[in-house]
Amino acid sequence: MKIVVTVMLKDGVLDPQGRAIGHALGNLGFAGLNEVRAGKVIELDLAETDPARARQFGEDMARKLLANTVIESFRVDLPTP
Amino acid sequence: MKSAIVVFPGTNRERDVAIALHRATGKRPGTLWHRETELPAGTDLVILPGGFSHGDYLRCGAMAAHSPIMPAIRAFADQGGHVLGICNGFQVLTEAQILPGALLRNAALRFLSQDCHLRVERAGTAYTRHYQKGQVFRAPMAHGDGNYNADQATLDLLEGEDRVAFRYVTPEGETATSANPNGSARSIAGVYSANHRVLGLMPHPEDLVDPLMGGTDGAPLFAGLVEALAA
Repeated sequence: MKIVVTVMLKDGVLDPQGRAIGHALGNLGFAGLNEVRAGKVIELDLAETDPARARQFGEDMARKLLANTVIESFRVDLPTP
Repeated sequence: MKSAIVVFPGTNRERDVAIALHRATGKRPGTLWHRETELPAGTDLVILPGGFSHGDYLRCGAMAAHSPIMPAIRAFADQGGHVLGICNGFQVLTEAQILPGALLRNAALRFLSQDCHLRVERAGTAYTRHYQKGQVFRAPMAHGDGNYNADQATLDLLEGEDRVAFRYVTPEGETATSANPNGSARSIAGVYSANHRVLGLMPHPEDLVDPLMGGTDGAPLFAGLVEALAA
């Protein structure tokens, strides 16, 4: 089954990339942007078919490699097929 | 002194470090491929050089931190071994959580290839025995992700335990936003482990060890290291 791991910089950690995207959007005329944060989305296709175990697997992988929990937070989602 | 320079796919400063060590010791240091699982017997110093290991994919140093050689380097550090991580090597050491904190994208988002000035914050370690506390020296920097970051408690701990190795300063030795090009927390350019034997820093002292390179500001670091580790 597929899982999606979303990795974002933690709140309070400066996100210069998100800020630059915000500036560019402002230049394009998109007004009223309070904040833009940029992160990563990682899709994984697992042999596992049990949703709870798949989620646990995703969290283990995120903690070990996909996210650096010093600066990043993550979320594991199981998209409905 | 026997040193081992670890090479990951995408490492590109291994020769620079080898030249600096060769000049200081008269001996050519060994290099070690990242898929090895043991350090050569009698290793006194492990160096993780600069570069773009694994293409900086995911995060700088993230993949290298889980290379087959890393458990041996962790054990070496735990037993009191000296480990020097420069630039990407510093990123690898933080990703492996051998050193605290993390290196974020430079605050202004630009890759910075320029000289900077470093102030020695802690004298008397194996790396700084030829520098005085407060001494300022020049070092080249070349990185896109050198913005040192850690939570306030960790930063306070590092200051309290005298583990800030170098800070970015003006040529006169003052910290200033303008002298902190990548936006590092508290202008930190390098940090030590609790026993001051593992050092990670972003700038490249190994690239300023010969008048032909434009200066010798980095030479005392290697001369001191060799002296400290020569058994």
